[in-house]
Amino acid sequence: MKMDNAKDQNTVTLDRRRDISQNPLCLSGKGVTRVFGTGRRQMTAVDHVDFEFRKGELVSIVGESGSGKTTLSRMLLGLLSTSDGEIWFEGKPRDISTRAKKRQYWKNIQAIFQDPFSSFNVFHKIDDVLLDCIRMTGGRDLPKEKKTELMTQACSFVNLKFEELTNKYPFELSGGQMQRLMIARIFLLKPRILLADEPTSMIDACSRATILDMLLNLRDEIGMTVIFITHDIGLAYYISDTVYIMEHGKFVEHGSADEVILSPKAPYTKRLISDVPKIHEAWDLSTVEG
Amino acid sequence: MKNTIRQIFHSSKFVAGFVIFVAILLFILLYPLFQPGNPLEMIGVGTFAEPGTYVSLYDSVTAPSETLNLPDAASNRLASVLKEEDRAKMAEYLVAVGVPSEEIDVADTEALLALWEKHYDETARPAGMTKATRNYYKRLNQSLNSMGSGSELSVVEQGEGGEASTIATIGSSDYVNVRKVPNRKTLLLGTDNFGRDVLKELASAAGTSVVIGLIAGTVATLIGLLLGLLSGYLGGFVDDIIMFFTNIFTVIPSFVLLILISYSIGQDQRGAGVVALVIGLTSWTWTTRSVRSQVISLRNRDHVNLSRLSGHGLFRILMTDILPYIASYVVMAFILQVSSGILAEAQLSLLGLGPKTTEVPTLGLMMNWAMLYSAHLNGSWWAYFPVILMITLISFSLNLMNTGLDQVFNPTLRD
Repeated sequence: MKMDNAKDQNTVTLDRRRDISQNPLCLSGKGVTRVFGTGRRQMTAVDHVDFEFRKGELVSIVGESGSGKTTLSRMLLGLLSTSDGEIWFEGKPRDISTRAKKRQYWKNIQAIFQDPFSSFNVFHKIDDVLLDCIRMTGGRDLPKEKKTELMTQACSFVNLKFEELTNKYPFELSGGQMQRLMIARIFLLKPRILLADEPTSMIDACSRATILDMLLNLRDEIGMTVIFITHDIGLAYYISDTVYIMEHGKFVEHGSADEVILSPKAPYTKRLISDVPKIHEAWDLSTVEG
Repeated sequence: MKNTIRQIFHSSKFVAGFVIFVAILLFILLYPLFQPGNPLEMIGVGTFAEPGTYVSLYDSVTAPSETLNLPDAASNRLASVLKEEDRAKMAEYLVAVGVPSEEIDVADTEALLALWEKHYDETARPAGMTKATRNYYKRLNQSLNSMGSGSELSVVEQGEGGEASTIATIGSSDYVNVRKVPNRKTLLLGTDNFGRDVLKELASAAGTSVVIGLIAGTVATLIGLLLGLLSGYLGGFVDDIIMFFTNIFTVIPSFVLLILISYSIGQDQRGAGVVALVIGLTSWTWTTRSVRSQVISLRNRDHVNLSRLSGHGLFRILMTDILPYIASYVVMAFILQVSSGILAEAQLSLLGLGPKTTEVPTLGLMMNWAMLYSAHLNGSWWAYFPVILMITLISFSLNLMNTGLDQVFNPTLRD
């Protein structure tokens, strides 16, 4: 199976992969399920999935639209309750039953969303977004200069100039700049787990490599676990340590990126791989259903 | 924000509605300054005095007079006294004695009287005319003669002992300068059935009605907003409970509820404020439903999720991440609630279930009084038509503002 195109499109090298099989478990789940609706309109979005994410690991969850990726990510974030199953966080069952416990949990897990244009409250200035992060990490009483310094530092990490952003509104930025601002937010929060839900799918190809590069730098810098949710198996192959393939709410295959993508076993994985358009070949559409 | 306001004032519909509404507000606020006093003061004794300027008859008798010999004074006097039906009868008589009907013009008093003098004969017995009709013409002729005679009137004052003394003699060509008459009153819209100045009453009533509309609109919008926000954002069990009650209130027609509550409160307790509160408490349902559906579409937006991940509480998320996004919608809903509150008060009062009648006038009460004293049957248009016009203008201007806002905030509706 050729994966040349992934390498052609992006200049970042592949030797980021490390052996993480000995790292302690960070987030794991058993039989995690989410059912929407009742009666005839009942729909199982996520169907008894098991997973084990290790500390420092970069995991990709790959699947087509409607396969339940986003529902799973919302459950992992604790924004949506599970219908069944259990989630363990750092070896203990996750407890987010009260607001205080939720706040504590959210200090450890943060997210970057798909659509940068709807990720920010349009009525709040960029300063408010970043100050909120400083407040959340316990920096409420820091002097003003210190806060500005932290914000400047975070912005320069993602190649933005804080002096140009201050007193501006998020919608005055471009999509790529907004997504970089999101990463700056993560830089300030330094969570143990980052859930990136298709962070590059709404951004043009040039900015995409920059964003991915920044994400990977950030992971190296603060040593966090990254759960990368995407529909793009080529992208998943090129950045991940481990890949989970999701179809109709179930994991059909998982393993290290090389294992899963270079020698796929599930027919769904094979189809996903063959659906990746290749630059030097005619696009094989024979596997498309219907 | 500044940009939004500029955009709103670029909408011609909004501006038109706004101008009408502000004009009405200015009338409500400024008219009482120029005409102070109790709007419910009964200045007239009779019912339904026609609009116009009234000069004191008593004062004009003693006011210094001038003699002016105006050529058409007598015929004008006759014209104002000669009624429509008398003119028609005269024309009938003239035709009966052989005058061609095309020569007779009942509108031209002078020509008609000339023909009458020429052709009327007391002793004549036109064919087919009964004695009663002949007597009627005899009386008509006498009164015409006496009116045209220009005889003088004597004004007599009755002394303490009962003796009469003539204090003035008024000739047919005596005139009084209106400015020399100390007591004059211009009633632009006449008086109503209780002899109250309709214009003054209207300014006060429109003010009360707008206040009732504002109270009802505020109450309805606040309840609707609170329930809609909670129901839409929390979902689940809370949503089910709130929607259960909302649906119950939606199914029962709110007007029936309004009538029942107003009736059970009783006339004594029913001030304008209470009525406004009752209207507000029965009309929140559709605000709840529409706010809820807006919130549901916002609830899963990424910026709300991000705010939750930042550890913000329910109240803060509702106030900063949801409410600003639906604020334009809430303002529009509020405007419609104010408009429907004013209409609901008018409907209630028309049925006699409005605020009690002794304290303040409202637009609905004015209509109620006009209807009870059959203003619409005896032709006293000034007692009800200005009220209808006022209600229409207020509700028209509010709806126009709402449509204008709708076009600004929903770009798909722009034409």
